[in-house]
This record gives sequence, C-alpha cells and structure tokens, in this order.
Amino acid sequence: MDASVEAAVADAHRREWAFVLAATVRVTGDIDLAEECVQEAYARALTTWPDQGVPVRPGAWLTTVSRRRGVDLLRRNATHDRVLPQLVGTGADDVPPDGHGVTDAGPIEDDRLRLIFTCCHPALAPESQVALTLRLVCGLTTAEVARMFLVQEATMAARITRAKKKISAARIPYRVPAADELPRRIDTVLTVVHLVFTTGHTAPVGSDLVRTDLIERALHLARMLRSLLPDDPHVAGLLALILLTDARRPSRTSDDGSLTLLPDQDRSRWDADEIAEGLTLVREALGRRPPGRYALMAAIAAVHAEAPTWSATDWAELVGLYDLLVAIWPSPVVSLNRSVAVGFADGPAAGLAALDALADEPQLATYAYLPSARADLLRRLGRHDEAAAAYRRALVLTDNAVEVGFLAARLAEAERDARPAS
Amino acid sequence: MAEYLVLIYEDEHAMEQADPSAWKTMRDGHNAFGAAHGASIRGGNALQPAGTATSLRADGAGGFTITDGAFAETKEALGGYYLLEAADLDEAIALAKEIPAAFGGVEVRPVRPLD
Repeated sequence: MDASVEAAVADAHRREWAFVLAATVRVTGDIDLAEECVQEAYARALTTWPDQGVPVRPGAWLTTVSRRRGVDLLRRNATHDRVLPQLVGTGADDVPPDGHGVTDAGPIEDDRLRLIFTCCHPALAPESQVALTLRLVCGLTTAEVARMFLVQEATMAARITRAKKKISAARIPYRVPAADELPRRIDTVLTVVHLVFTTGHTAPVGSDLVRTDLIERALHLARMLRSLLPDDPHVAGLLALILLTDARRPSRTSDDGSLTLLPDQDRSRWDADEIAEGLTLVREALGRRPPGRYALMAAIAAVHAEAPTWSATDWAELVGLYDLLVAIWPSPVVSLNRSVAVGFADGPAAGLAALDALADEPQLATYAYLPSARADLLRRLGRHDEAAAAYRRALVLTDNAVEVGFLAARLAEAERDARPAS
Repeated sequence: MAEYLVLIYEDEHAMEQADPSAWKTMRDGHNAFGAAHGASIRGGNALQPAGTATSLRADGAGGFTITDGAFAETKEALGGYYLLEAADLDEAIALAKEIPAAFGGVEVRPVRPLD
C-alpha cells in the first residue's frame, strides 16, 4: 500500500477519532456500536483512499461513512433486543428500536465536548475516567491503554466495560453540562488530562523517566479542550502548565538516561517554542481573578522557564506563587514544593523548618519527594549523616529506575562526605 | 425517564446523640424536599434502626442462613429511602443533593426495569 495513504489514515486517526466517534454516538445512541462503526470507517479508508485519493476533509468523509454504517446496523439489529437503554441526551433515546427515523443526514455538529464530559463524569471512578478518555477520545486500543498504565489487558478491558455499562445503566447523559455545573465538570476533565500528563512526565514505575506516549496524549487533549473551550482560563492554565513543564523534557535525562535535576539542566536545550506558547497562555490565564490552580502552577513553571540560569531564579516570586497556590489548593504536596522554594529564597535552614512542619502529614508518609527534599536541604547544611539517612528513606519509596539511580548516587556522595566529619 | 432509588445512609450513633433541633432540621428538610419535588417522588420511607434488621442468605443446601443485623456492617447504616423519577443521572443527583442526610450521605442507584 501507498505509504502516504497509510500515513494519512494514521494522521486522521490521531486528529479526527474523537470527532468521528462523537458524531456517530449521536446516531447510534450507543457507545459500543458507535466504536464499531468508527473502526469500520477507518478500515474502509485504508481500502478506498489508495484508489480514490485522500479526501480534502478526511474527518467529514470518515464521519459520513461511520454514521451511515450506524444507521444500517440499527436497522439490521431491529429484531435484536436491546439489553441496555439508549444513551441519554443523544436524541436517539426517543428512536424506536427498529431505528425508524434515524438518519445520518443534516449538518454534523462537533460533539466532542459531549463525549469528553461523558467520559469524565464524576459518577465514574477516576481511573475509569482516564481509561475511557484515552480509549474513546484519543482512540487508543484497550491494549494500548493497558500498556500505558502497566496493567494486564484483561484488567483494563474489564475496567472499560464496567464504566461503559454504568454510563448506560445509570443513564449518565451524553451532554455538555449546564452553566451552573460547568466549572466543576471542567475541573474533573482537567484533572483527568493533568493525571495523564503527570503519569507521563515522571512515570511512577518502570525503566524510563518519561513516557512520551502519555505526554503527547495529554498535550493533544489539552489542545483539543483549548479549541473547544477557548474562553476558559483553567483550560488555558493547564495547557500552559503542560507546555512549560514539557519544554524541559530534552534536558531532564542525560545521554546515558540518568536524571538531571533543574539546577544542572542545560537550558539551551529547552523547547523555546513550547515556552513561548506557554508564556502567552499563562499571561491570559492569570488575567482572570482569582487565578486558578493550573494557572498558578503554570506561573511557577514560567518562573523557571524565564530564568536564564538556576542561580538567577526568582525564588521570592516562586514562594509568593506557592503561597497563593496553597491558599486555593491546600495540599501537602504543594506545601512540600513551597518548602523547597523557601529553602532557596531564605536558605536551607528556613526550608528545613518549613519542611519538618509537614513531617506528620499522612498523605506524605509514602511520598519519596519528602525525604529526598529533606536530604537535599540537610546536604546543603553540611549535615551529611542525616542526609544519607534521608536518601536511604527516599530510595525505599521510589520505584522509577532513573530516580533510584539518581538517589543512589546522591546517597553515595553523602556517605563519602559524612566520613571525614565522623 | 428512569427510576432511581436513593438510599440514605447515616451514622445512627451520631443521630441518637444529636439534640432535638437536629431532628427538627431533618424533618423540615424532608418536608421541604417533598413539597419541592412531589412530582418526582414515587415513594419513600424512613426505616427502623439497623439493629432491627434481619439478613437472609441462601446456604447453598436448600435452606437459609438467617443472621441478626444489616447485610453490611458499616459505620453508616441504611436509614431511609426515596424512589425518584428522573431523566438521567445528572437530574437524579441534583435531586439527591436536596435530601437531608446530615449524619452521612446518600447513594443513588438506578432501578433496573424488569419486563
């Protein structure tokens, strides 16, 4: 087959999957049936496009084929009893079981937001929201989603099936929420996208620090939301956060795969385009008062992005931003990061005092960054014995191989520096 | 439209300790809910405390194991219910938010229609 056609289909899969599926669900009133139709439409593209050429608007072509297939299947299944009710809000719930009156005609609306809000409905478990979003909005296979989260394919298949069944049985509507519900529902969607990103940015387990597949999906989702909700400052904030954080990716690991922390990163390798785009977005997001959680996190990333060197970092500005963030998002993890900033703004002793105030936080009890941040402050205070003990504690709590390598090297340094003093 | 059973789970011990004004608040809350959403309410009741419950489970040999108490022993016990009619889960959740449950919370369960 012509490689350019194959590439065009793959490109349409990445770009148009959500649009095609969302428009097909409106015809079928059933997610599983719609998925089947969309898959067939892409298969048809692979056999048709080599002869007829790639259509000018591949998404519209695929949507038409998929929706027609949906109408056909509904009619063919007319005698087949429906076990589960039609999805609410598709307009299909009033359609008789024989599909009479269903048509693929009429203008095709952009229903991607409906699809996204259904996948990220708060009545679904958070891990199901993430799985459904990757599967239905990004068009990944169950096997791909399972691989991303390092679980068995059967486990992921069961999770997705259970979530789809709940959507249908509990009548989770296929709808963009009303204005009064919208801010909270958008926040749930952003939480899902942020989780995909953070899981990719520092993989919780495994041999690679970064999972590029997850980062790219998160960026794709954030850009999609930005195009669908262009006026929402929280969406702008999250996209800015992802861009400004991801801009550092090229310098986070050295050529041998080991971890390079922010102070030692080669800033000339940071992605200047991502930073420029992120800075524009963060300004827009901060323009809205009061600034939201993602806007503040993006502003923190922006301070680092704008500092020409580590020593030129504006630590006082960072502490001020963390103070604002703690006020609207009181989380021990945010307080921990604030303590690290204090450790640079006001010296390691002040940082350590702020950090030790968090020692009893149950949420941080198994959080490796608490002992590793503590170890770094102790190291800078010349308390190498205590630093070594804290590095050992952090190692126990770390499962990522790249981070383990980094901590082991720091531990060896602390042990070496501790000896002459003893 | 669909039906949802809203199960009210509350901490019975905390309710017993509560002062009369809390009971009045709860009664007023239920009355207000009933007045506002009478058209959606298909039924509902308060239940006797979980200590009065009897649980039955087939023993697999043709008989039953009968035990004193509720099926699941949790801090919050099922104390009442409403049967509501709603178009979808969002509407059911919006209604359920107005049901007083100061000592716990409510669970929204879609009713499975039987042919």
